[in-house]
Amino acid sequence: MIRTGLAAAATALALVAGPGTVQQAVAQQKTVKIGFISTFSGPTAVIGADMRNAFELALDHLDHKLGGLPVEVIYEDDTQKPDIGVQKTQKLIESDHVDFVVGYIWSNVLLASLKPLVDSKTMTVVTNAGASPFAGELCSPYVFSTSWQNDQTPEAMGLYMNQKGVKSAFLIGPNYAAGRDMLAGVKLTYKGTIAGEEYTRWPDQLDFSAELSKARASGAESIFVFYPGGAGVQFVTQYVQAGLKGQIPLYQVFTIDELSLPRLKDLAIGIPGAQEWVNDLPNETNKKFVADYIAKYNKRPSYYGAQTYDAAGLINSAITSVKGDLSQKDAMRKEMEKADFKSVRGAFKYGNNHIPIQNFYLQDVVKQGDDYVLKTVATIVKDDQDRFHDKCPMK
Amino acid sequence: MTASADPSFDAGREPLLAPRTAVTVVLLAVLALVPVYAMLSGDGFALTLFTRVLILALGAVSLNLIMGYGGMVSFGHAAYLGIGGYAVGILAKEGIGSGLVQWPVAIAVSALYALVVGALSLRTRGVYFIMITLAFAQMIYYVAIGLDRYGGDDGLTIYRRSQFGGVIDLNNKTLFYYLCFALLLTSIYLVARIVNSRFGLVIQGARSNERRMRAIGFPTFRYKLVCFVIAGALCGLAGALLANLTNFISPALMHWTRSGDLIVMVVLGGLGTPFGPLIGAVAFLLLEEGLSRVTEYPDLILGPILLLVAIYVHGGIEGLLVGRRDG
Amino acid sequence: MLYFIEQCLNGVQLGMLLFLLAAGLTLVFGIMDLVNLAHGSLYMLGAYFAATFAVLTGSFVFAVILALFVSLIAGMVLEVVAIRRLYQRSHLDQVLGTFGLLLFFNELVRLVWGPAGMTLALPQQMLTAVQIIPGVYYPAYRLVIMVVALAVAALLYFVVMRTRLGMLIRAGASNREMVGALGVNIKLLYTLVFGLGAALAGFAGVMQAPILTVQIGMGENILILAFVVIIIGGIGSIRGAFVASLVVGLIDTLGRAFVPDMLHRVLSTNAAATLGPALSSMSIYMLMAAILVFRPEGLFPAASR
Repeated sequence: MIRTGLAAAATALALVAGPGTVQQAVAQQKTVKIGFISTFSGPTAVIGADMRNAFELALDHLDHKLGGLPVEVIYEDDTQKPDIGVQKTQKLIESDHVDFVVGYIWSNVLLASLKPLVDSKTMTVVTNAGASPFAGELCSPYVFSTSWQNDQTPEAMGLYMNQKGVKSAFLIGPNYAAGRDMLAGVKLTYKGTIAGEEYTRWPDQLDFSAELSKARASGAESIFVFYPGGAGVQFVTQYVQAGLKGQIPLYQVFTIDELSLPRLKDLAIGIPGAQEWVNDLPNETNKKFVADYIAKYNKRPSYYGAQTYDAAGLINSAITSVKGDLSQKDAMRKEMEKADFKSVRGAFKYGNNHIPIQNFYLQDVVKQGDDYVLKTVATIVKDDQDRFHDKCPMK
Repeated sequence: MTASADPSFDAGREPLLAPRTAVTVVLLAVLALVPVYAMLSGDGFALTLFTRVLILALGAVSLNLIMGYGGMVSFGHAAYLGIGGYAVGILAKEGIGSGLVQWPVAIAVSALYALVVGALSLRTRGVYFIMITLAFAQMIYYVAIGLDRYGGDDGLTIYRRSQFGGVIDLNNKTLFYYLCFALLLTSIYLVARIVNSRFGLVIQGARSNERRMRAIGFPTFRYKLVCFVIAGALCGLAGALLANLTNFISPALMHWTRSGDLIVMVVLGGLGTPFGPLIGAVAFLLLEEGLSRVTEYPDLILGPILLLVAIYVHGGIEGLLVGRRDG
Repeated sequence: MLYFIEQCLNGVQLGMLLFLLAAGLTLVFGIMDLVNLAHGSLYMLGAYFAATFAVLTGSFVFAVILALFVSLIAGMVLEVVAIRRLYQRSHLDQVLGTFGLLLFFNELVRLVWGPAGMTLALPQQMLTAVQIIPGVYYPAYRLVIMVVALAVAALLYFVVMRTRLGMLIRAGASNREMVGALGVNIKLLYTLVFGLGAALAGFAGVMQAPILTVQIGMGENILILAFVVIIIGGIGSIRGAFVASLVVGLIDTLGRAFVPDMLHRVLSTNAAATLGPALSSMSIYMLMAAILVFRPEGLFPAASR
């Protein structure tokens, strides 16, 4: 009898109290809640950590307030999987009732999560993913980007390869939304011959021997590659191990960055890349960002962090403009469209699809004493706009 | 009343207020009241979470039919969740939004796949059966990854839930919840009827001694195959429901670790008991959710729990409630 | 043609790696009748140990040796603490229990080493390509993997065929009860066998670390392949594992290399690239399913079960 009662009580208690379904006290109307979605586990956790560091630094610079309101940030891990990402997005919207959602590294995770965000009219700032649909027909008044659209960066690289007179290229990339966008992007501007195009299984294929062999066999004059995160380290390492470094030059986007550089060291020297932000951009906001980041975290920020830092600035400008009244989404949107805040990449404008119109720079890897750094070498293109903005129905 | 050695014979002999019955009743009552709670507290997420629990419980119920009663340990059961889900997703993308077409297709295709898989796999036993069902699940997983048109690895967003001609609106979360609840209870009833029928007795007999059943004259292969197909079809329905719940389907749902999750739910709750899979599903999913809110390293606790259950507990949670300890 | 040779070499290299992993798995399964889903975790731990020791000692070779040793100890400890309680349980319970261990180890690694993963850097000399046939350049390190794995296979063969321990292993694989009845210290034998399996798995993890990865969950994908290998080869048979590993390694690599090109004639590049790897992955499972249907004991069955 006692066992019965205990069992019954335990069950009821466990079900009701267990997953924290007890609602929080609704007293804090005056805090702004930010839901932050990124990858905090697995091989690409470094990216999530970088984004989180940058966001926290931005909050430090803003006295832990956005638009004058105290901030509560809820971090969720998408584990790099679209189905987990959409679940966590739904949790942030439905359970935590966040005012803004920030983040999204991966284009496929973003695409999966778009519907709940747009349906619930949640203001969203995407700080990395640049999938073409959301710059085009899936654009939404509630979704902004502080990064780029996937095609832009490889388009810039294609222009640079033309400038260098590269006659043929072999393209390699991962087979998911962003990988396809990147390779499509370079094909848009690059005028030489495409000697081959290979897509690898993502994210679990890390052995690129087959693709590197094909590249060599094709007789191409160069290799263009896109492999974000840890895969980038593997690719460049295997590229060097295969003896290709002296033989076939490599052109990359998002493959060598401040996160992979400490692991690649000498292997990365002399491999050029394109980016909308480099550590050494000369504007004041950036200098402060980089200096304080190094001081606080003892390493250099990457573009993932830079883009996330900007998100804080963007949101701050929005909330300031409505004097803390978060229900005025239209007004906030109008303010955000002006891009009227101090960005680490310098001033930029938004296109009608809420994707930045910005410069792209050529970066190279150099050795400074014992350190390996990325340096801006030249501006490849100014005020570049993505080519999907026509497909977006917004004005 | 003394508990006998085999828990499946205990069913009729417990006192009415036995712990197991009490837990089941309380559980059902609480589940029935979840939407009420959600409405009062404004926590829409609880409703989503528990709908997911119900749907996965349905999957576990179907797995329990073949695994708990039939002794067929299928490591590829999540495949049917995927097949059902993709049936809905693909039809939706091609413009066929009616649930009256999508759901029967989901069930039919799942049944068909189960027929093929079963016909080939049931010729093996033991760990070989486990591996071959795993192989078939991996195959369909890779097929889904290979479907470039339907998103491949990135998955497929389902913009509109299955329509039922305006009669039932699945966008109404409360309605959807009770629909899933009704379907779950119906399935539990269905499985119980099957198990207690002559057909079910043959299946259970085949689990404990197949040679004897065949010697008596039963074509056990055919019986097991039918059982396998029913389980697949039921799980396909769960898949269709899941696709509607998340408005999204991806191959990840069919990965072998998800089949592992289903097995854990069934074993945790109690193999071969009518409500075991539901208890197991609730316990597992709440454990997952609950642990991740309490600690940053939930699997440090969940993992050893599973290990301890595997080593010490006969009969899962139900077994604990009935009073069995290590035999 | 040269490209084909290069891909064949890649296939053999993958096969060798798979063999190291599968050998331990098939031994444990064959002798102790244990389904061990945590085998992939031992593979992962080996890689992490090596990466850590490389940082601590600064020497690649030292790191490898130390990691091997620690994997052996770790395996034996795991066996004594947890695994031995699962021998008497059904395969289902073993699946459940070792699945729990898999989850636990992934989380433990995240706690101890952090979520980011590590690298194991190769010494300078190995960072080059060797021209094995005129026109075919092959990374030196991959050749090293093949040679070392073959050496391990030979060593394993010697131990299993020519030593007393090996005799006990073979006897245990074909008739467990008899070995126990004959008075052999079964408990010790099991612990040693499990430790050996763990060392092999750890070694595989270490060898692949410089070219592939050291990250959480790295064991999961290759574990399934290892199970496929031992089913095809025959549970308990090291010879079977060797042959099956080569077959699986070649199918997977050649499939990935050539199928997308063949599909390219009928489909777009994207579709071919999506479908290609899927098909070649499927082919391995289809092979296993076919073998299970027609010859369930595998190619070289060891047990008389």
